[in-house]
Parts: sequence; C-alpha cells; structure tokens
Amino acid sequence: MELIFEGIKKAFWLLVSFDPEVMGITLLSLEVSGIATLISLLIGISTGVTVALSRFIGKRVVVSLINTGMGLPPVVVGLFVTIFLWRNGPLGFFEILYTPTAMIIAQTVIATPIVMGITLAAIQQLPQKLRLQILALGATRLQMVWILIKEARLPLLAAVMAGFGGVISEVGASIMVGGNIKGYSRVLTTATVMETSRGNFDIAIALGIILLLLAYFINLVLTQIQQKERPR
Amino acid sequence: MNEHLPILEMKNISVSRGGTLLLDISSFLIHEGEIFSLIGPNGAGKTTLLQTLSYLLKPFQGEIFFRGKKVETNHSVLEYRRKLAMVFQEPLLFDTTVFNNVASGLKIRGMKRGGIHVKVIEQLERFGISHLSDRSARTLSGGEAQRASLARAFALQPEILLLDEPFSSLDPPTRDSLIEDLEHILQQTRTTAVFATHDRLEALRLSNRMAVMNEGKIVQIGFPGEVMNHPVNEIVASFVGMETILTGKVIKQSGGTFVTSIEGQEIEAVGDVHLGETVVLCIRPENVTLSTRSSQEGTSARNVFPGRIVKIISLGLYQKVHLHCGFPLVAYVTNHSLEELSLTEGKEVRASFKATAVTVIRKGES
Repeated sequence: MELIFEGIKKAFWLLVSFDPEVMGITLLSLEVSGIATLISLLIGISTGVTVALSRFIGKRVVVSLINTGMGLPPVVVGLFVTIFLWRNGPLGFFEILYTPTAMIIAQTVIATPIVMGITLAAIQQLPQKLRLQILALGATRLQMVWILIKEARLPLLAAVMAGFGGVISEVGASIMVGGNIKGYSRVLTTATVMETSRGNFDIAIALGIILLLLAYFINLVLTQIQQKERPR
Repeated sequence: MNEHLPILEMKNISVSRGGTLLLDISSFLIHEGEIFSLIGPNGAGKTTLLQTLSYLLKPFQGEIFFRGKKVETNHSVLEYRRKLAMVFQEPLLFDTTVFNNVASGLKIRGMKRGGIHVKVIEQLERFGISHLSDRSARTLSGGEAQRASLARAFALQPEILLLDEPFSSLDPPTRDSLIEDLEHILQQTRTTAVFATHDRLEALRLSNRMAVMNEGKIVQIGFPGEVMNHPVNEIVASFVGMETILTGKVIKQSGGTFVTSIEGQEIEAVGDVHLGETVVLCIRPENVTLSTRSSQEGTSARNVFPGRIVKIISLGLYQKVHLHCGFPLVAYVTNHSLEELSLTEGKEVRASFKATAVTVIRKGES
C-alpha cells in the first residue's frame, strides 16, 4: 500500500508542477494522435460518404471489409507497417522506422477504418428520400454531399472522437514502429509500459492519470452527442 | 407568342427497372396555371412519373419539354430543376431551425441573405408557422413539419410545384386544414401544380384536371367530373369509387333506356346502346337505397331488388353494406339508418337505385 500512496503523491507533484518530461510526452501523444486522426478524418469521411452514396457491384464486400477494418488489431497494423518500413523493406529507403512519422502512419491505418465505418453507417441512416429532396431543391451533386454531411454531423463527430480515442490509447503499434525513444518517439502509452516495467510508479501513475483524463474527456463529448441525437 | 404552349410536355416516356416497365406514357402535357392530379392505386406509377418529370429518376427513355424547349444537357437539367419544387409525403426537413429550413432551397440556389430573409418571412406567414421560426425542426408535429416543407417549396416560387402524396401521412383534421390552406394559396399565387394522391376526394377537390394511372400507364385523363362520372373502364370505375361493377348483355332497348341481363336479373339503365351488346354497369354505393319490409319507403327507382346482406363493414361515419341480389351490390348506409332498419348480416332487404344512377361502359358487340 506504501508503494501506491507514494506513487500517487509523487504523480500529483509531477502533474501540478508541469514536469517537463511528462508534458513533453503528453504533447507528443496529442500531436501524433491528432495528426493521425486528422488524416483519417479526410480519408475516412470522403471514402465513407462515397461508398454510402454509390451503387456498385461488390458494395457489400467493401462494406464488410470496412467493418472488419474497424476491429483491426493494432499489433497487426504495427507488424505490417514495420515490415514495410524495415531497412530492406519496400519503403525502407524513407528511413522513417522508429520515428514519430511512422507512428502517425500506423495510427492513421488504425483510425481510418473506424472513421470510414461510422461515416458509412451515419450517411446510410439518413432517410433515403432526403437525397431526392435535396436534389429537388436544385442542389448540385457537390452541394448535396455537403448538406448530407451536415445532416450527419453528430454521428460524424462521434466517428472522429472514436478514431482519436482509439489511437491515443493504443500501445502495440506505437511501440513497434516508434521505438519509444526518449524525447523523440515516446508517447503516453509507450512511456507508461516502460516506466511500469522499471518500477517507476510515480511517473507511470502520472501518465496513467493523464490518459484517464483524456479518455474521460472523449467519453464526455461522445455522451453529449448521444444525448442530443433524439429520434426524429 | 403561342399562348397555348403547354408549360410542360412529356413524349414517349418509358422507365424500366430490372425488366419491369414502371412507366409507359406516350404523351402528357400540363398547362400553365392548372392544378393537375394523378390518381391511382399504389404502384400505379404516380411517384415514378413525378420523379421522372423532375429528372430525379434516371435513366429513362423519352423527352421532356419545358415551355417548348427540350431538357437534355447536364446544365439544362440543373437549370430546369431549379424552376421546379417538390414536396414529398414525408416533410424531409433538415436538422436545424424552421427558418433555416424554409431558407435552404433559396440558399442552395444562390440567393443573397437579405433577399432570403424577406422571402422566408413571407412564406412562414402564409403557412401560419411564423411562431415556429426559431424552433428546431425535430420538435414539430406532422402537420407543422409538412407546412414547413411546403413553405420551403413555395419560397422558391417554382414554375411548377410537384407534390407526391403530401397529405398521406397526416391525420384527418390536420389534412383538411392543410388542404384548405393549400387550395387557397395555389389560387392566390396561380402556381402550376401536379400532385399525386391515392385519395380521389382530395383530387376531386383540388384539381382542374385529373389523370388516372394504373400499372405505369395513364388510363384516363380529363376533368374531375368527367373522370368520376364517366370512367372509361372497370379499373377507373373501381378506383373512382364505383363499388358495384357488373358485366352483362343488353336484352331490351327503347328510346334512351335499356335493360341488361345480369345473373338472371334485369337492370335498367340509360344510354345509347345496341341490342346484344356487352356492357359494364357501375353503381356508386351512395346511390343505392335499402329498405326493409317493415319500412314504408316508396321509391321512384326503376331498379328494385330483394337481397340478403352478406357483410357490413364500418367506415366510421357510415357503413358499407355488401348485398347479394342475384348479383353482388354494395350500398352505403348511415349509422342512423343501420339502427333504424336493424340491419344485420344475413337479413333480407330490398335494394333500389335509379336507372339514371347507373354508369354505363360499352364493351361493344360480343
């Protein structure tokens, strides 16, 4: 019990005094996951909307793939990205293995299917005739897509939060492709793993608290969205 | 300038999906300022026609001419669509305030903010929903939402307004109030309108001209009175409310009246037919009177038949009575009469209707 109390006391101190190492790790986490989420937003929403609105042979297969992708195990993503970026691998000449860039790539791969899947569902849930009504009002195809996205803004926001939540808390891929290098590619999750294994519970708990706060914040936003989405 | 140029004309339109012919119309035109209704059972093609008309349903074969000019290229389609407005059965409002909803069409079409504001206020007032201007569309009742949808359409000052069963999902009092208001507004603005409905009374009330559709084709087109009282065939007759439809041969004929033999009974009707001709006789249930042995009702009707009540169906304010008089006959009876005459299933009654109340459809020599 001594251990735990000591840990919590020291953690509190680290947080309140804005310990530079802890802050550095937090900021890098936000940066990496933030950029990954942004990219996945762009790819995910545009693809999700396109698939939702189009009719083509094999659509069912594509939708299944996207839904499967939502449950992609991060370590598997880490494995494949590592292989690709390995020294002798196909993209090895970029030399970005063990850099934040590699982490961004891995996290984007993890988050994109999540954003895509939720976007697809959100757009498909809009009343079928709404598209016709929008076109009947004189909209161009582009205007129609924009209006549909606005109509589905709440579930789309949920998609973004889900994507972000998924990657900021993942550790497998980040360790594999990032290398957890101090001051360079060390993020909240990877640092927590390391500090815990070393027995430095004060830092580990501090990082853990930050992760919890982030998780709570994301959940808060998602719950707010859920409550607002009353059936029409 | 040709003042008699129809505002809209469709030629040789056909729409097929998966091998089924959904729409097959060789010619169809709308005159400016008229209110035109499309009636028919579900699946008749009314929605298909409206959607094809507004270029929402593609591809299709055939040509559409707006004020004499053919609509074809992508640009002219958008331009053409911006001259129309369409209201559906569901309000299909956006997740924002009523004001923004009514403004949405104008915004899409590129109008400036100041201009939009004036037009929206005007429509909100016209449809009696000014007090709902800042409310979220999610909180509206069915009637209020449909009014908002109509306001949105009227704000565009369309050259043709299309309505696809706009009142079908409303309850009767809301529907009546809205139909009354719409009637008034259409007359006031002299908007050309085409609307689809499966409620013939609605069509009878609102439209100047009517078309009956069935299985993708227009079966009859004309003034409401004409269509309702002189159906060209059994399908139209049945759809316009002639519940009793009987086929038989003319066995007697003199002057303008004739007698048809149906199931051994003789029915007298008025019309210009030949002896031996096959005719279809249609009788509206409201024109059939029932009486019992005990009631003293004398009748000047030429057609009096004893019969037995087979089924009584309540339609709320009145009852539909199915009889068997040798041939099937349907009559409407008020709740009051039902009680007064103690009508029950199985009871023997006398049914009568005038010769002039029989609508005749000639089928030609056999």
